Amino acid sequence: MHELSLMRSIVGTCVERAEGRRVKSVRLRVGALSGVEVHALRFCFDVCTEGTVLAGAALTIDEVPGRAECRACGERVALERFVAVCPCEKRARLTVLSGDELLIDSMEV
Amino acid sequence: MCGHCGCEGGGATVVAADGTHTHVMPDGSVVTHAHDHAQAHDHEHGHEHSHEHSHEHERSHEHRGEVIQLAARVMEKNDRLAERNRAFFLGRELTVVNLMSSPGAGKTALLVRTLKELGSDVAVLEGDQETSRDAERIRETGAPVVQINTGTGCHLEADMVWRGLEQLDPAAGATLFIENVGNLVCPALFDLGEDARVVLFSVTEGEDKPLKYPHMFRRADLVLMTKVDLLPHLDFELDRALAAVSHIAPDAAVLQVSAKTGVGLDAWYAWLNADRRRSRTE
Repeated sequence: MHELSLMRSIVGTCVERAEGRRVKSVRLRVGALSGVEVHALRFCFDVCTEGTVLAGAALTIDEVPGRAECRACGERVALERFVAVCPCEKRARLTVLSGDELLIDSMEV
Repeated sequence: MCGHCGCEGGGATVVAADGTHTHVMPDGSVVTHAHDHAQAHDHEHGHEHSHEHSHEHERSHEHRGEVIQLAARVMEKNDRLAERNRAFFLGRELTVVNLMSSPGAGKTALLVRTLKELGSDVAVLEGDQETSRDAERIRETGAPVVQINTGTGCHLEADMVWRGLEQLDPAAGATLFIENVGNLVCPALFDLGEDARVVLFSVTEGEDKPLKYPHMFRRADLVLMTKVDLLPHLDFELDRALAAVSHIAPDAAVLQVSAKTGVGLDAWYAWLNADRRRSRTE
């Protein structure tokens, strides 16, 4: 699953920025539309942090809800899963406002 | 797995036609073996590491945590490497297509037919978990091809493509086909540096495919509906499938093809030609 590859990337970045210091906690921001399974990401955390300065750190994942704006009617809709087209009559395109995030927000050392 | 360097005895393997294997370990180290790749063999890549973890000392002190704001994109490293690939492609005037689908949708069959009919100015990077079978089928068409075996990996990433390019050394001006690992989920997130993403789904997979796999389909430049020669035997509703695509990827071109009978292939070749021109002018 790709969450393993993503978590390796996350751990790599945190180890680099920690510069040898022990990491107490890591905060991630994962959007509902990002294509990343939060549960799977959590699952990989322990495996990927073993033997690193992140071992034992707390993991917080802020799940960002999907929101989009209709280009025709300007209406803002909540999206649980990605669609490109507004449910309104005009079937216009939706611009995603939030939910695509895949970020390492911060860490505490 | 060693968390410091990521070493686990795994990593992506690039297999050249002469059987030479190049393993890229997750820590970036490169190991090359020259031998008959038809032999089964173990790759023991034991690495000895000593890690100084003297953190007991730190824990016994009270110290206030420092919060470091990172706002770092998780995909940043892959995307940076994808841009490196993109620059290489530009320099060699390559048109690059990333072919993705479920396992069994017909990527290799379509690719084999395409390569035979295009004839020249083509090159292929072939991604699979194991075996060189697909690369062999492609090699038989005469097209230059390098196989990338991901081992346990379920998708290609930009660094694997770079390593494959080093072996493939594609001729200038070619159309490079990257056949991704059969998987409708994971490859979607990983930019390889391609010009265009082509997502295949076969008529045996059902009309709802695009709705079920939005992360893949939303990024498609072209959706190829394959195996249309089987339609008389199925209850497949074409309109529903097209509606599903337009719901998720309204800007994607959609073509219906059969690698077996040749139906729709002219339109596919025309799209490839147009893609060539698009990639040159951008």
